[in-house]
Amino acid sequence: MFPTILFFVFGCVLVCAALGVILARNPVHCALLLVLCFFNSAVIWLLLDAEFLGIVLVLVYVGAVMVLFLFVVMMLDIDTTRLRSELASYWPLAAAVACFVVFAIINVIVVRHLGGADLRAAPPLPTGYSNTRVLGTALFTRYAYPAQLAAIILLVASVAAIILTLRARRGGKPQDIAAQVAVRAKDRVRIVKMASEKAP
Amino acid sequence: MISLTYVVALSGVLFAIAVAGVFLNRRNVIVLLMCIELMLLAVNFNFVAFSRFMGDIAGQIFVFFILTVAAAEAAIGLAILVVVFRERRSIDVEDLDSLQG
Repeated sequence: MFPTILFFVFGCVLVCAALGVILARNPVHCALLLVLCFFNSAVIWLLLDAEFLGIVLVLVYVGAVMVLFLFVVMMLDIDTTRLRSELASYWPLAAAVACFVVFAIINVIVVRHLGGADLRAAPPLPTGYSNTRVLGTALFTRYAYPAQLAAIILLVASVAAIILTLRARRGGKPQDIAAQVAVRAKDRVRIVKMASEKAP
Repeated sequence: MISLTYVVALSGVLFAIAVAGVFLNRRNVIVLLMCIELMLLAVNFNFVAFSRFMGDIAGQIFVFFILTVAAAEAAIGLAILVVVFRERRSIDVEDLDSLQG
């Protein structure tokens, strides 16, 4: 019973925070509310016995991705009043699409019974069960090649992010030491020979 | 004990909120990226819940890969955003129409 109460409390906070993310006017508030979303999700994942993923969600998402978001939001000077000026005209479409999605999901849950899955309670875990150990065993045996593929994706993403944002500074005056050392007098000084002129 | 129905319903509501957010904030690219993160979170909820209730760890492995791809997507998306802001001094989607002809 107690886990169910916790689930509802954190689920309500999660939904409220998600509504805040899409309705807040200031992008900084959006990012911070999204952090709250991730924290609540991590707690719910802990309640679902996915301890490792809950911790990874906090460490990777809150610790890295959302800090990146906050960094970019604060670095760019965004004119938010102009961006939100036509909010009112889109809300009926947004509400309609959201209602349709909720209806479709409720249809799947209630009418189709989720394809015969046992809805009531999760199967009991064996004694001495370690989520991290089971996950690691599967990741490094059966899913070893996908794990390496994921590593390559991360490498490509980091290289791409650096290449995209790296720029040579325009208007800088760097010194080329080799060119300065190798220069000769005839490159710089031009001796002009001309006849002398008489004063008028 | 938490029922599978509750978790799937929660993830459905979360996904619907994220979809509505894409419509509401269709001019601000940063909030659009945040809505995409919310959608991926909702999908991850389904994976975790079904993995637990069906007793199959493969669902949680999938969440792992989704987190990887989402992190890569956020990094590249924000890098593109920074470049766009440098060029245009704006992140309004309406201003990004140079391919329109």
